[in-house]
Amino acid sequence: MESLTNTIHAVPLNHYILLSAIIFSIGVIGVLIRRNAIVIFMSVELMLNAVNLLLTAFSVYRGDATGQVFVFFIMALAAAEVAIGLAIIVMIYRNTNSIDINVLNRLKW
Amino acid sequence: MSTFYFIAFLSIFFSILVITAKNPVHSILYLILTFFTFTIHYILLNAQFLAIVNFIVYMGAILVLFLYTLMLINLNKDSEPVKPFMVKVAGVFGGGILAVALASSLKLVAQSNPVVLQNPELGLVKNLGKVLFNEFLLPFEVSSVLLLSAMVGAVLLATKDPKTAA
Repeated sequence: MESLTNTIHAVPLNHYILLSAIIFSIGVIGVLIRRNAIVIFMSVELMLNAVNLLLTAFSVYRGDATGQVFVFFIMALAAAEVAIGLAIIVMIYRNTNSIDINVLNRLKW
Repeated sequence: MSTFYFIAFLSIFFSILVITAKNPVHSILYLILTFFTFTIHYILLNAQFLAIVNFIVYMGAILVLFLYTLMLINLNKDSEPVKPFMVKVAGVFGGGILAVALASSLKLVAQSNPVVLQNPELGLVKNLGKVLFNEFLLPFEVSSVLLLSAMVGAVLLATKDPKTAA
């Protein structure tokens, strides 16, 4: 346990922020360049996870457990979001026979 | 210390593979690997509760749900839609701009103290449970309503409409 926690002692907080920013940007790029609705949804999950990691890093940095409780709530929220989102995708597939998001360009507002 | 950089490299590598893989099933498998590296990050931060929850909820529940949906939808590989090349370049450019903006604003903060775990008990179940059930009791109970409504909503959305199905 002690040796495990000693391994992070030299990692600056900036590197955690940088890692999370890079992974968040990869998620944004994934949303922008893919047309498969499920892959877009997975990119959103990637962004959520980047934020979770950063919240945990800040929580450890400040010595405050609140951040980790927030991550717990975000995970509960993500589970609910995935259930609803995948149900919507299945419904779209049933109506249009594809999960290409360009089919949905008739949606107004 | 080098463990962190190795795992961080793996996270970025697998997350790039997630958005570039042609086959959606491969994307999901790479996403599982990405979440596994995140679990290792949590263990390195000594957030043991979050590591276990990440392992069970994300890798056990959410990604199985993704795989199941993909198998129900039964995609053919040749029907996989592809965006035009210029749109892809523009998307990568925009995302790169976002990354550069975040990184350069980080430089302005110029605060780079190392992450030191002052209290080794911080991320353990005992400590988090005390915080969760004292300060965050109301949000915890409200989240149960959220999960219930998500369950009802998913069932409502995914069942066939009897009027249109007939």
